[in-house]
Amino acid sequence: MTTEGPEVEAVRHGRGSVTWRRLLLSWFALPMSALAALIIGGLLILAFGANPISGYQALLSGAFGGSYALASTAEKAVPLLLVAVGICIAVRANVWNIGGEGQIVMGALAGTVTALVVPSLPTIVLLPLVMIAAALGGAIWAGIAGFLKAYFNVNEILSTIMLNLVAVQIMNYLLSGPMVNKSQSFSVTGLIPQTKLLSRNAWLPTIVSGTQLNLGVVIAVAVAGLVYMLLWRTGFGFRVRAVGLSREAAGYAGMPVKRTMMNALVLSGACCGIAGAMLVFGSISHRMVTDGSLTGFTGNDGFNGIVVGLFGGLNPLWSILSAYLFGGLLVGGTAMQTAIGVPTDLVTTIEGLVVIFVVSMEFLRRNARIQEEAQIHAEGDAPAPGVGRRTVLLKFMRARA
Amino acid sequence: MSHFLTYNVLTATVASAIAYSSYFLLAALGETVGQRSGVLNLGVDGIMLIGAFGCYYVALETGNDWLGVLVGMGIGVVLGLLTAFMSVTLKAQQGISGIGVFIFGLGLSDLLFVRFVGTPLPVSPLPNVAIPLLSKIPAVGRMFFHQSLLVYLAFLLVPAISFVLYHTNYGTKVLAVGENPAAADSLGISVTRIRYSTVLFGSMMAGLAGATLLLLDGIFQEDLTQSAGFIAVALVYFGAWRPAGVMSGSLVYGIVTAVVLQWKSLGIIPTSAADLAATAPAIVTILALVVVAGRYKAPTELGKPYVRGA
Repeated sequence: MTTEGPEVEAVRHGRGSVTWRRLLLSWFALPMSALAALIIGGLLILAFGANPISGYQALLSGAFGGSYALASTAEKAVPLLLVAVGICIAVRANVWNIGGEGQIVMGALAGTVTALVVPSLPTIVLLPLVMIAAALGGAIWAGIAGFLKAYFNVNEILSTIMLNLVAVQIMNYLLSGPMVNKSQSFSVTGLIPQTKLLSRNAWLPTIVSGTQLNLGVVIAVAVAGLVYMLLWRTGFGFRVRAVGLSREAAGYAGMPVKRTMMNALVLSGACCGIAGAMLVFGSISHRMVTDGSLTGFTGNDGFNGIVVGLFGGLNPLWSILSAYLFGGLLVGGTAMQTAIGVPTDLVTTIEGLVVIFVVSMEFLRRNARIQEEAQIHAEGDAPAPGVGRRTVLLKFMRARA
Repeated sequence: MSHFLTYNVLTATVASAIAYSSYFLLAALGETVGQRSGVLNLGVDGIMLIGAFGCYYVALETGNDWLGVLVGMGIGVVLGLLTAFMSVTLKAQQGISGIGVFIFGLGLSDLLFVRFVGTPLPVSPLPNVAIPLLSKIPAVGRMFFHQSLLVYLAFLLVPAISFVLYHTNYGTKVLAVGENPAAADSLGISVTRIRYSTVLFGSMMAGLAGATLLLLDGIFQEDLTQSAGFIAVALVYFGAWRPAGVMSGSLVYGIVTAVVLQWKSLGIIPTSAADLAATAPAIVTILALVVVAGRYKAPTELGKPYVRGA
C-alpha cells in the first residue's frame, strides 16, 4: 500500500476498518452499559421500598414528556455537552482532564466579571465578549495543568483535581466578598454568596418562547460541530489523535508532542469555561450563585460531563445525543424524587455505574481488535519499502483505533 | 500573631494537624502499595465515602465505633474487588474506571444516608488515648501522644509498610510487578495475584480512612470527604511513592490545613479572606508535585495493565 487508499481515508474520518463483530460491539456496548446501570438502579429503588417501574416512568415523563420537559432537558444538556466536548479533545490526546469543575468555575467567573465591568455594551457585543472571556478563563485554568504537564512532567489528573479545589475557594471568596450582591435582604445566616442581577444585555436570549430554551443550545451544538471538524478534518486534530494513540510514534513522525498535549488541554478547558458561562447567563436567576460546597455552583457538571463524553464514545457529535440523554436523567431524577421519594443521588449512582460498565465493556472491544490485528499480520500486510512515515503512522493508527 | 505563638495554641494546632493528617495518610499509604505494583486507583474518594457511611451507620445503630471501623474496612475490600476486577482482569483504563467508582460512591453514600438515616445524628467520636509516660513529656506529649488509636495506627503503619515493601519477599514481588511485570511473570510471579492483593489492601485502607474521617467528625453528610481521596492520591506522588515521603506529605497537608483554620479562628486571617487562605494546602501540594516530578521516577508500569507477551 504505497498510496493512501480508501482504508486510510476511513481512518482519517475516525471510522477505522470494521468487522461485523466490532461493529456489533461498538453499537451495542454503550446501550448495554446503560441498561445494566439502569437495572442496578432499579434494584436500588426496590431497596427503597418503591416501585422501579413507576420510578422510571416518572423519570421519563419528567425528562421527555411534553415541550416544557424537553426544553428543560435541553437546557440541562448544554453545560454537559460543552464539558463532554472538551473531554473528547483532551482524551483523544490521551490527556485526562479531570479539572472540568475548576475550569467551569473559572470560565463563569471570567464571564461574570466581564458582564459586571462593561454591563452597558449592546448584546451583540457583550454576549460574544462574555463567551470569549469565559473560554479564556477555562483555557488559562487548564493551561496551568497543561504547562505543568508539558514542561515539568506533572501528572495532569492530579494537577487538575488540585486546581478544582483552588478554583472553588477563589469563587467562594469572590462571591461572598468583592463580588457579593450587597443589596440582598439580610438573613440570620448572612449574605448568600451570589452576585447582583447581571446585565440584561448579557443574558442568553430565549429561542422558544414560553420555555427556558435559549441560545446556549445553539452555541453548544455549534461548538460540538466545530470540535468534530477540528479533530477529524484538520492537521491539528490529526496530531491530537496521533499523540493520543502513541506519543512515541507521533514523536517519531516529527510531531510536537508536548505542545499538542498542552494545546488539547487548553482547548478542553476553553469548552469547560464556556459551559461555566452557560450556567450563569442561561440560568433562571441570571446571577452567579453558589452555596459554599464544592459542587454548589457547578452541580457536579465537571464530572457529569466526563460521563457524557465517555458515553458519547469520545466523539463530539455523538456527545450531543449523550448529553441530551444524561440531561434527561438529571432533570427526570428530580421528577422521580417527587413521585416515589427516592433522592436524586440515585442518578449520580447510575452515572457512576455507567462509567464502570463502559470502561469494562472496552475489554470485549479490545479483544475483538486484537484478533483482527492478528488477522492483518497473518495476511502479511506489511508496509512496502518506500512508504512514508505518515502512511506508516496512519496504518498504526488504524490498527489501534 | 502573638495569640498564635502561645504554648496552648501551638500545641493544639499541631495536635489537630496530626489528626487531620491521619486519614490522608491511611488512604495514601494504601494507594502507595497499589501504585508500587503498577495500579492507579483513582476511586479512593468514592471508597472512602461509602466506607465512612458504613462506619457511621453501624456506629449509630450499635453504638460500637470499632464495629463501624471493621465495616468500613470490609466495604473497602468489596469495592477493592470491583476495582481490581476492572483494572487487572478487564485491563480497563485506570484513570477513568476510578472516576466511575468515585461518582458511584458519591451517589450511593448519600443515597444510603437519606434512606437509612435521614436526619444527621452524631456518633460518639473515638476517645483520645494518652500513651503512658510519653504523654507526660512537655509539649511533645500534648501534640503527639493524646490522639485516637486510629491516628497512632496510621503512623505506625508507615514503618510497617516500608518494612514489607523493602525487606520482605512479598514486597520485592510488589516492586518487581510495578517495574517490570514481564520479567516478574517469567520468574513465575503471578502479576494478577500480586496486583489483586495490593489493590484489595489499598481499598481496605481507603475504607479505613473513610471510617477514621467519620469518627473524627462524628457525623456523616453529603460529600463528607471533600475530595480527600483525590488529595491522598496526590500525596502519593508528593511522597514519591515512599511510605516515609507519603507521611511527610500528609503532615505538610495536615499542618497547612490546621494552621489556616487556627489563624482563621484567631482572626489573624480576616474572615473575608478565609476562603482564599483555604487554597493554601492545594497550592502547596501542586508545588510539591512540580518538585517531585522533576526528581523522582514513578513506578515504570504505573497505570498500565499487564498483557502477557504484548
